[in-house]
Amino acid sequence: MTTTATSVTTRVCVRFFASLREAVDREVVELALDESSIVGVRAKLAELLTNAQFEAIDAPGVQVCVNQTIVRGDVRLETGDEVAFLPPVTGG
Amino acid sequence: MHAEIRIQTDDFDMGHEWAACRKRCAGSAGAVVAFGGLVRDRAQDDSVRGLYLEHYPGMTESSIRKIVDQAATRWNLFDVVVIHRVGQLAPEDQIVLVLVASGHRANAFTACEFIMDYLKTDAVFWKKEARDGSDGWIQATAEDRQRRQSW
Repeated sequence: MTTTATSVTTRVCVRFFASLREAVDREVVELALDESSIVGVRAKLAELLTNAQFEAIDAPGVQVCVNQTIVRGDVRLETGDEVAFLPPVTGG
Repeated sequence: MHAEIRIQTDDFDMGHEWAACRKRCAGSAGAVVAFGGLVRDRAQDDSVRGLYLEHYPGMTESSIRKIVDQAATRWNLFDVVVIHRVGQLAPEDQIVLVLVASGHRANAFTACEFIMDYLKTDAVFWKKEARDGSDGWIQATAEDRQRRQSW
């Protein structure tokens, strides 16, 4: 039996909230990733967004979530994952 | 412990929530403390025309749940209700309600303050103030962060 290596593109949904939604002028984008990770998401967003828009999501204090859990550094992603960029929060 | 977290655009009735809380812990609770947060009409010497609150459905609820769970591990609580409004609000509107019931007042007062301090820095909400001068997204203040650190 032979196995054939297949390349399947990872597709994720990326959401932006509040000031970041306004900065990038969109609430959600679907991305087909070359690299299935947060690094891959940033690379795609760098292509899609203007420099000023990318700087907004790359600013200190912006938190990245995968499936509603805050992540730090790079993590692997799978098709169907939801990535979100959150500006600093305040409730109450 | 009974814990209830609600995110809603509609206003809430503090009296109704208070009565329901009293009924749930009738006999066991010796104290119910309620905090109500309101929209002010001024900020930094500027008139505020309104406040828009945004949230991340699902994650916002779980961020509040974590705060309530932390409070419940530190103090003996019978009942906690957190109602937080989202959407467009106007000056004088109610934003948030925190109700805490416990056996004695000290625990209820302290836990209510703890929950409010954590809501300011850890709950997943964003607020945009419509001011006469300019509109702007609000961030937790240094005082908010200091109060949270003090716990």
